[in-house]
Amino acid sequence: MWSYEKKLMYPVKVSTCNPTLAKYLMEQYGGADGELAAALRYLNQRYTIPDKVIGLLTDIGTEEFAHLEMIATMIYKLTKDATPDQLREAGLAEHYVSHDSALFYNNAAGVPFTASYIQAKGDPIADLYEDIAAEEKARATYQWIIDQSDDPDLNDGLRFLREREIIHAQRFKEAVMLISDDRDQKKVF
Amino acid sequence: MSQQQNPFRRYYLPFRGRFDPCPPLGPKVFVVPPNVLTGFQPPDYPQFPPLEALQKGTLWEPFFDYYESPYRK
Repeated sequence: MWSYEKKLMYPVKVSTCNPTLAKYLMEQYGGADGELAAALRYLNQRYTIPDKVIGLLTDIGTEEFAHLEMIATMIYKLTKDATPDQLREAGLAEHYVSHDSALFYNNAAGVPFTASYIQAKGDPIADLYEDIAAEEKARATYQWIIDQSDDPDLNDGLRFLREREIIHAQRFKEAVMLISDDRDQKKVF
Repeated sequence: MSQQQNPFRRYYLPFRGRFDPCPPLGPKVFVVPPNVLTGFQPPDYPQFPPLEALQKGTLWEPFFDYYESPYRK
């Protein structure tokens, strides 16, 4: 069960009217290494992972939904007052004819989300290594979006999200150590 | 791009061919985030004050890495 707090994890502020940035942000919304993929990946893998790290996957998977909500807010703010002309200039004409200014789980190139972006191998090490890789890919994606964006307030939110990816990767690495070490067993040599 | 400033950046120089069409960008930078070399988080890790931690995205000072585009002038 989840409880919902009606506020964003980190305040989202967008200072320039630049719908092109919304197109880039869709990579984190419905892309292979985006927040939706991350949330679904962790919350699904947690059923078949050693007890010690189930809670970690639940916590991080839940946080990814909070990130998804921030990305959605950014995209919405950048597109809600854009005219069809402005959306066309931003490369979002194809999005507009299909969705108007509704959000949709596409990546930055307009490719719709697919479940094959995520994996669940059932092997704890394989799954946790995939999670670590996913966090590093999401961190890199945030870097490339920051490289493309000249909106300081938007970048502030993106930097917060990027830092969270670093922490998540750290915790997944610790999870690998937790389930691989047999340090709670007493050994006599 | 100074190599001393940020401990979480590494540089390499891509091979330059005689007939490469574009002027070189120079050293290519990539990020080695703090989680890569830390291992298990040690006890008594230094912390940011609570309000600063909320803003930065982490409570732990050694895990913080501010990102700015290397291409930004």
